[in-house]
Amino acid sequence: MATADWNPLGEVYYRKCELYTMEWSGLVDLAKHTVAASSYGGPIALMKDDSKTARVTTTIKPVISVYNAAGKLLSQMRWNSGTVVTMGWSATEELLCVQEDGVVLVYDMFLTFKKTFSMGQEAKDVKILDAKIFASFQGTGIAVMTTSFRIFLISNVDSPRIVRLAEVPGLNEAPNCWTIVVSDRQARALVAKGGELYLVDQGGQFQQQQAELSENAGDITELAVSFNNKYLALCTKNGALWIGSADLQKKYCEFNTSSPMKPQQLVWCGNGAVVALWDKLILVVGPDKDWIKYNMDCSVHLLQEEDGLRIIGNDTHEFLQKVPAVTEQIFKIGSMEPGAMLYEASKEFQKRNQKADEYIRMIKDKLEVAVNQCIQAAGQEVEPGKQRTLLRAASFGKCFLTDYRPELFVNMCQMLRVLNQVRHHSVGIPLTYTQLEHLSMPVLIDRLVLRKLFGLSVRICQYLKIPDAEGRSRILAHWACFKVQQKHEDEEKLARAISQKLLDVPGVSFSEIASQALEHGRKQLAVKLLDYEPRASEQVPLLLKMGQDQTALTKAIDSGDTDLVYTVLLHLRDKMASAGDFFMMIRTMPIACSLYIQYCRQQNLKLVEDLYYQEDNSLEEGNCKVIRSYTLEHLEERAKLLEDAMNCFHRCKNEFAAKQTEEQVRLLRHQRRLEDDTGNSYADLSLQQTLRKLIGDGNHGHVEKLRKEFKVPDKRFWMLKISALAEVGDWSELEKLSKTKKPPVTLEVFVDACMKQYNRTEAVRYVSRVQPEQRVKCLVKVGQFREAAEAAIENKSEEDFDYVLSRLGLADRQVAETVRGMRGQLMARR
Amino acid sequence: MKGGYVRKEFYLVFVPRKSLLCEKKLKELGVYGSFASVEEFNLGLIPFDSDLLSMEMDESYKECYLQNDFTSMFFAAQSLMTLQALYGTIPYVYGKGDCAKQVVDMMRRMKMEMGGVEPQITPQIDNLLILDRNVDLLTPLLSQLTYEGLIDEIFNIKNTNVKLPPEKFVSQEEKKNSKEPLPTEPKKFILNSADELYAELRDKNFNAVGAIVSRKAKTITAEFDERHAAKTVGEMKQFVSKLPHLQNVRASLGIHTSIAELVKEVTDSDEFLDSLRCQQELTHGIDTDKVNPYIEDCIAREEPLSKVLRLICIQSICNDGLKPKVLDFYKREIIQTYGFEHMVTLSNLEKSGFLRPHAARTYQVIRKTMKLIVEDVNEQNPNDIAYVYSGYAPLSVRLAQYLARPGWRSITEVLNLLPGPKVEEVQQIPMGLRKRRASVTSSQSSMGEQKLTLVFFLGGVTQAELAALRFLAQQDDGGTDYVVATTNIVQGHRLIESLQEHIEPVKLNPF
Repeated sequence: MATADWNPLGEVYYRKCELYTMEWSGLVDLAKHTVAASSYGGPIALMKDDSKTARVTTTIKPVISVYNAAGKLLSQMRWNSGTVVTMGWSATEELLCVQEDGVVLVYDMFLTFKKTFSMGQEAKDVKILDAKIFASFQGTGIAVMTTSFRIFLISNVDSPRIVRLAEVPGLNEAPNCWTIVVSDRQARALVAKGGELYLVDQGGQFQQQQAELSENAGDITELAVSFNNKYLALCTKNGALWIGSADLQKKYCEFNTSSPMKPQQLVWCGNGAVVALWDKLILVVGPDKDWIKYNMDCSVHLLQEEDGLRIIGNDTHEFLQKVPAVTEQIFKIGSMEPGAMLYEASKEFQKRNQKADEYIRMIKDKLEVAVNQCIQAAGQEVEPGKQRTLLRAASFGKCFLTDYRPELFVNMCQMLRVLNQVRHHSVGIPLTYTQLEHLSMPVLIDRLVLRKLFGLSVRICQYLKIPDAEGRSRILAHWACFKVQQKHEDEEKLARAISQKLLDVPGVSFSEIASQALEHGRKQLAVKLLDYEPRASEQVPLLLKMGQDQTALTKAIDSGDTDLVYTVLLHLRDKMASAGDFFMMIRTMPIACSLYIQYCRQQNLKLVEDLYYQEDNSLEEGNCKVIRSYTLEHLEERAKLLEDAMNCFHRCKNEFAAKQTEEQVRLLRHQRRLEDDTGNSYADLSLQQTLRKLIGDGNHGHVEKLRKEFKVPDKRFWMLKISALAEVGDWSELEKLSKTKKPPVTLEVFVDACMKQYNRTEAVRYVSRVQPEQRVKCLVKVGQFREAAEAAIENKSEEDFDYVLSRLGLADRQVAETVRGMRGQLMARR
Repeated sequence: MKGGYVRKEFYLVFVPRKSLLCEKKLKELGVYGSFASVEEFNLGLIPFDSDLLSMEMDESYKECYLQNDFTSMFFAAQSLMTLQALYGTIPYVYGKGDCAKQVVDMMRRMKMEMGGVEPQITPQIDNLLILDRNVDLLTPLLSQLTYEGLIDEIFNIKNTNVKLPPEKFVSQEEKKNSKEPLPTEPKKFILNSADELYAELRDKNFNAVGAIVSRKAKTITAEFDERHAAKTVGEMKQFVSKLPHLQNVRASLGIHTSIAELVKEVTDSDEFLDSLRCQQELTHGIDTDKVNPYIEDCIAREEPLSKVLRLICIQSICNDGLKPKVLDFYKREIIQTYGFEHMVTLSNLEKSGFLRPHAARTYQVIRKTMKLIVEDVNEQNPNDIAYVYSGYAPLSVRLAQYLARPGWRSITEVLNLLPGPKVEEVQQIPMGLRKRRASVTSSQSSMGEQKLTLVFFLGGVTQAELAALRFLAQQDDGGTDYVVATTNIVQGHRLIESLQEHIEPVKLNPF
């Protein structure tokens, strides 16, 4: 009978089912331990509690053991720190141990120490009385009450920031009980002082709150906030159990337990009922004063879950929950719900009974609802057998539907398969479907990885077709990180094993694994692993950290990422004792060299020069010296540096450059001498400019001297002289020059020079003497278009005539007209 | 805020990208910590037009070939990865030149670093052709003769903006009416294909521009005249609705008439024509082994150094390097005329491959095989890409053309003569993402076969090369559409200037 273990609580039913037979059975007595279990099927930590055994207190430190939910021992250690006040688990399944002095020690579930932090100076100075570990909106929070009755609180153990809560007025003895209520993204403390309740917050405000209690209820002795922080239950000295909303505005009921004893634990079962525990007696009270009583065989520990309550005992691990609505609809005796009908039909069908057909007919138009109900109900069952019959019913119903979307069914099958796997006692995560929905699949996989169940998690990822980047690759990376910590394995073998498994897996960060190996002092392994890292930006910094400078540099260069190369270069430069060593190291790598030179160029040119010198690159060294010479303002210094440059050029057999440099030095000295002689400045002029200036000044003697000394070609010299004379308007000298025998330039140059100074009259003088073939062009140049046209006609050259035509844009309009009219003459001549 | 101390927050955003050295400098200066945040706005490839992306890294060629610093290639590879993440992995990758090889290697590495996460997009680009400027140094040195190329040569287009002398853009009436002095600030124009008229003009040989402008002017006048013909309210309404468009076209026509006039002033000048003649002689290989008298005269006339250097570099390339005597002569002339400080510039040009000592003869072979010189090119209705330089076809674009048809295998010999390695790589595309080949029955079979090739120029591309590629894309039988990405847009002067060593001498102390 499916409903055999159902107990009615008012309108609803509660059921208790066994999750595990504990592996620790016979070895552990919970009565002698402090118990801390983690919600969402998490592990259980036990600490032997001397006060519970009531023996003589010894100085021997207690032992802390961590078990999975099935009672399988995961790890054990002897506590060797201060007195632990409270133990608890964080949302990421880390064991938090709060010590008397306010120090919190964080361990993973294998009791590997992770980190520690303090709850503040005051807590350290005056010690703490009690601590609460709670789920905050940011993660897991811790609140402590000091012996001076102040409460300090952190909202997130991952980034501890201590906040002091307001003080409860007139509190001068330890409160009977207190708890943390999280609402509106803020954690507040609810403190019971006698029969009064105070809500204190982080802003320094307190608020007295009144629970509507019967008169002789007495002091409040116990408080319990529901999983969703919406409801509150409290016990009083005289055995009254009050249930209401968390803000105390609403009262659901006041139930008299008539027990003068304070319950050992007062907790919520889901959000629907309050459970009180007295040694071996469990009392479940609903909001309408209905109640159920369970007698246990031994002392137990209760743990609130989102949708129920876990009862951890010496021999068994049970789960108490409200029978889910959908389960009730199907299995409740006499239920006429479509789901129930379909379930019956399926059962009859298995028996080959024609009644199946009758049932189906009854729910024909509600068949889809029926199928959905069966699927959902399957999710609520723990036993695979029950899941199967329900799914079979759903599948049977599906046959009668033509276009039923299968996602729901397939999805449920997959989820149940995963759930059944993780519920297995070797894994020991007794999650319900509702909890899994809240926890989400990625978090579940993370939790499996935390338990080092790499194989199972990879298989789940593959089964659920989770992309490799989020699933398999990530898990394998964790596996490798775990692997490198195992000191007994041979490095060579390990590196090979890891690379074999991971090389074809995309997106695995080898650098992360390597850095993990490095952290555990396995440098050689780290180096080997890092070699597999494809991302240079990850690889290089780590190589530097390990002192693998040469490799780091090579990898950085290979990547082509300049910033990365600079990172290495600057790191090396600062690290190396001498600049020489540094340069020796990079000189074999041309890219590194060039980049470093680039960097130096921006800093200091002299540095570049030195680098080239070390590199034996005399040409570049010379060039640098040439450039640098221009930054010196004294002639002799400049000349000296240029002479150095000249030697460099000699060294690299660049005789041309050497000669030019030498000439430049000579020119500089000439210019200085000229300056001294004439008082004019010739500084920084080229030879040509110097000559031009001298010609303009009429200093022909020096011109001739320089011309000879520097072997200026005739033609250029002539052109220079012509334009220089024209510039200064020395027309007579210019004419004299034009009459020299065998000039190396044509008369056109004279025309050009005159026209450049806008002196048409002078220009025209030369036009008449111009060679016939240049005549037309020169006439155009001086603007005598008509004459030019005539000359063209005389030459019988159409080309020349066209040239004249193309230039008419600059001519007077009348002239232009005339010239255009002359085309006929040209034709006639031909 | 009276007298009160106002605390200011400073934010630092690196554009176009963050640099480690820059951050280091800020740290050294002790101000890095005072920024509220330090961010990077990585520009990568900036879309300039519907078929053009540029990274605007003007120093890219200099960094690679002069300073041996391949940072810009890393950024180019990164930008290509981004492009592939957006438009799918490009199945076929071709490249020529050292830098092209580097970029392809880096891309392969980056792909590996991503750990197999590939863009799940059907490739929209079929081929990637990466061309290293070093493979074809001649093209950017020559004077471009397309409309846009000439604007760039004469006025320098910067980030698609050009600044022009304002006088031409004031209408006659305005000149008369305004009492204020004429504007002296240069007038700024944005040049891209959003301007309908410019889209038509930009890639034309300048000799064809006049005809198009006057034809357009006629049609626009005719369209304006339609209003006289409009009789009914309906016709009038139709005309009015066209009005904004017509006015836009007319305004743009005015602008381009003025720009064309400005350009023509230059192209008609003797300097320009003589220089062009000289360039043509050199590219034809006439007397390239002797000192060129025109270049000699240019030096003697002290014409701008970049023009002189440009011509000498052309000669060096067309002659496969200069004889030591000729080279030394030029160098000496330059040093004597323009100053000794230019010796470093000359050394830079030698180092970066523009000036070479005499080497094996390859230019003639390449010129003939690749048909770089095309006689009687039709400038108005071109039938070959050579129209962009009035008779010279840019080698870079020829390489793209041969790649599309008949394939590089036919020019293996030339590819071996060109500097740097050749890259041919196939990037595997997962089955599901492959482009479906149009089936025989598909009605689209003739239409949908157009392939898209991305040509990435490392070290810059000229406007004329762009024009040539656009011309190829428009050919009916081409079968290939081109999109161009580049590190920057170059022309000869800018390229040469980027290699010049800028020395600012301190004043010599006269004592």
